Amino acid sequence: MQLALWTYEGPPHVGAMRVAAAMEGLHYVLHAPQGDTYADLLFTMIERSGKRPPVTYTTFQARDLGGDTAELFKATALDAWERFRPQALLVGSSCTAELIQDDPGGLARALGLPVPVVPVELPAYQKKENWGAAETFYQLVRAFARPRGETPIAGRAPSCNILGPTALGFRHRDDLHEVRAMLDRLGVAVNVVAPLGASPAELSRLADADFNVVLYPEVAGQAARWLERNFRQPMTRTVPIGVGATRDFLAEVAALAGLEAPAEPDPSRLPWYSRSVDSTYLTGKRVFVFGDATHAVAAARVARDELGFAVVGLGTYSREFAREVREAARGHGVEALVSDDYLDVERQIAELRPDLVLGTQMERHVAKKHGIPCAVISAPVHVQDFPARHSPQMGAEGANVLFDTWVHPLMMGLEEHLLGMFRDDPEFGEGAAPSHLGAAVEAPSSRPAANDAVDWAADAEQELRKIPFFVRGKARRNTERYALERGFETITVETLYDAKAHYAR
Amino acid sequence: MSAIAATLGARAAERPVLRERGQREVFCGLTGIVWLHRKMRDAFFLVVGSRTCAHLLQSAAGVMIFAEPRFATAIIDERDLAGMADANAELDRVVGRLLERRPDIGLLFLVGSCPSEVIKLDLARAAKRLDRSASPGVRVLHYSGSGIETTFTQGEDACLAALVPELPAEAPEAPEAPRSLLVVGALAEVVEDQLRRLFAALGIGPVRFLPPRLAAELPPAGPRTDFLLAQPFLAETARVLEERGARRIAAPFPLGAEGTTLWLRAAAEAWGVAPDRFREATAAGEKRAREAVGRHRAALTGRSVFFFPDSQLEVPMARFLARELGMEPIEVGTPYLHRQHLAEELELLPAGTVLSEGQHVERQLDRCRAAKPDLVVCGLGLANPLEAEGIATKWSIELVFTPVQGYDQAGDLAALFTRPLDRRDRLRV
Ligand code: SF4
Ligand code: SF4
Repeated sequence: MQLALWTYEGPPHVGAMRVAAAMEGLHYVLHAPQGDTYADLLFTMIERSGKRPPVTYTTFQARDLGGDTAELFKATALDAWERFRPQALLVGSSCTAELIQDDPGGLARALGLPVPVVPVELPAYQKKENWGAAETFYQLVRAFARPRGETPIAGRAPSCNILGPTALGFRHRDDLHEVRAMLDRLGVAVNVVAPLGASPAELSRLADADFNVVLYPEVAGQAARWLERNFRQPMTRTVPIGVGATRDFLAEVAALAGLEAPAEPDPSRLPWYSRSVDSTYLTGKRVFVFGDATHAVAAARVARDELGFAVVGLGTYSREFAREVREAARGHGVEALVSDDYLDVERQIAELRPDLVLGTQMERHVAKKHGIPCAVISAPVHVQDFPARHSPQMGAEGANVLFDTWVHPLMMGLEEHLLGMFRDDPEFGEGAAPSHLGAAVEAPSSRPAANDAVDWAADAEQELRKIPFFVRGKARRNTERYALERGFETITVETLYDAKAHYAR
Repeated sequence: MSAIAATLGARAAERPVLRERGQREVFCGLTGIVWLHRKMRDAFFLVVGSRTCAHLLQSAAGVMIFAEPRFATAIIDERDLAGMADANAELDRVVGRLLERRPDIGLLFLVGSCPSEVIKLDLARAAKRLDRSASPGVRVLHYSGSGIETTFTQGEDACLAALVPELPAEAPEAPEAPRSLLVVGALAEVVEDQLRRLFAALGIGPVRFLPPRLAAELPPAGPRTDFLLAQPFLAETARVLEERGARRIAAPFPLGAEGTTLWLRAAAEAWGVAPDRFREATAAGEKRAREAVGRHRAALTGRSVFFFPDSQLEVPMARFLARELGMEPIEVGTPYLHRQHLAEELELLPAGTVLSEGQHVERQLDRCRAAKPDLVVCGLGLANPLEAEGIATKWSIELVFTPVQGYDQAGDLAALFTRPLDRRDRLRV
């Protein structure tokens, strides 16, 4: 038994729903109690979907348990087929139905429906949402993919499938748009995109492509590996998040397609913005990165190589990808945090006191609580993660988006320091606070002593004011910590410089 | 799978009901934790369930992590199921860890879920055991919010029913000692305070509320207690209160100007309050409420409304919309129709309104589309899809989360229904 306050991932059948809701012509019959229909609102409210997810729930009740839940499943499946006439039926159990051990696959097949039935078994007491999405997609690909029809025509443009985008995915809609455009400019045709927008009939054509582009390994890795084994379809390993990764991705795609890698990849503004002088203050900013494995690893690379930050922590809630994240963390000289307990993550953030958190919506709340700037880089999704505007993470435009969304919260931070610097000017009242923090925020006291346990001697306080504004806050915190650890009651000029020397080690 | 059990009767309480069986698009009783934990500030709700239960709570609560929440899920895993770990020992461990973290907890509810019920984890026994062993000063109770037994608001019913045996006995006085009034059902504090003032003006008292703001302050109950239901979904709580000798005052529910007056009057009659005094105490409030509601009449009169089943508040809401705003309820769906507690409400509902109980969501959507209502009241899973079809909707969950009872909320209640229509009138995109 595990104590969970908030969770990063839903149950595995929600992953299956994300695949089913992304596809066309597929209907999911889920053996589940009535309360499980809450999952519909994830799609209709968070993603603002204008249609209900294609899911029918049996919604059995306690009184059915003594009787025949299997009959209820069959009647529901038949009803769903008659009403929706899908090309194929996906069937499975939620956590409760798993315990009563009806066999949705067998029961649905026994109905003798004129369409294929694909059963998915998702062990709800071991696995989670992303695993459920991956397993469902894999089962669908296995069920429908057929060997390549005709022998490839010479001179035909190389083609690929794009695998991974689902409903309720973090910027999947926009990433797909970006990646399609990139492939187009390279001269690679797109055969099938799946699951998003694909029908079972289209899945049967997967093998016609020369290779697979895997956008989200958490969802499509397993299916892509199966296609690689069975149809000798190679797959991409680079996820094009950031300028460097996008360049690598294009090189990888070009090699798989037998094309020249473009000499001039799509221009992103990130490289120049990062080199422009006003970005100097970004140098060495300490960032903590947490998310699903793909986004966390990619973000850490961008943070270090493209923004000049220092990665002080890297972690993921995707246990399935712990190995990859540990390896990446080693490259950054830190130890990976692999946990799905947000309290562990909060603890580490509190200990590290980074300048910026790149995380999920959960870390956004944690960071807010600790007064640390934060940008969201990964699912679990929130209604804010479906902006009206185009806002990809991948490709050249994705890199622009990363620059803006990560630097913006820090810009705010810089302005706060400026405000601190000018606070003594008569134009600024004692209570002036940055307006983006709203009127509710109490202005930090202009007295340096933020800590009750230690006092600042007047001369030390004067000396502190001579320290450049953009490091003054840090100097104050470090000095107080230094004094507290040593049991000093008063901070003198000596203490200030002793602390400076101590932390400069 | 469904049968239309239509029995025609002369009396309103026997009006025909369309009984449906099929997919139900309703939350389970766990959802009640979202408002109950905020109501009782020293109570903690520990769901013993699956990742689905944790995800439901998180989705319903809208992921608000400003503070550590006062609810959590003990997620059953493979080891518990395979018998590799003793589920009871595991539960004790989790509770121990929780109480260590949260010394502010005075009352802990173990909340049963579908998985815990199906594997027959005995939470009643676990609660007894933990109640004895847990740190002193922490009461441990249990109830079920499972989706196989409860819908949405029935979770509150189960929770309050679990509190009833804990209520202290009335002070041992002579049998002719004065009676007390208990208002049952979670209400916003602002509503409670208004009602307190009204009862004081009526000379009714002492008045107490269940649930209380602090679990440490449970109100007494017994044969000298009269109780008024403030919510229509409290069947089990009422039953156990009656078992303790308390007496239910039958009344419609305090929604709208009329509903609030009738609700207060039922209490006033039970307490023998003189009609003059009643008029004096309620006239100003009722007038304010009528005026506030009246401002929304023009927007709503003559428009039709269709209710999908959700909170069991559907019948009183439809009555309010029909009688005070001139709307025409086409179909009023409710997950469960408690004929006895709703008898006064059903009398007031227009004769032509179809009542439906249970749900077959696809067939109900068919009926709804055919009826082309001006406004649909439904859950969050259906609202945007219906809007995309061009049908105006009001999320029923807002009726549960917003203070709507009593005179001074009657206008707000009406506004909840005008807002979606008003918005459509404004938009030119
Ligand atoms: S319906 Fe049952 S399994 Fe689903 S969330 Fe509610 S209690 Fe948990
Ligand atoms: S709102 Fe004002 S203080 Fe805040 S970032 Fe913008 S300009 Fe600066």
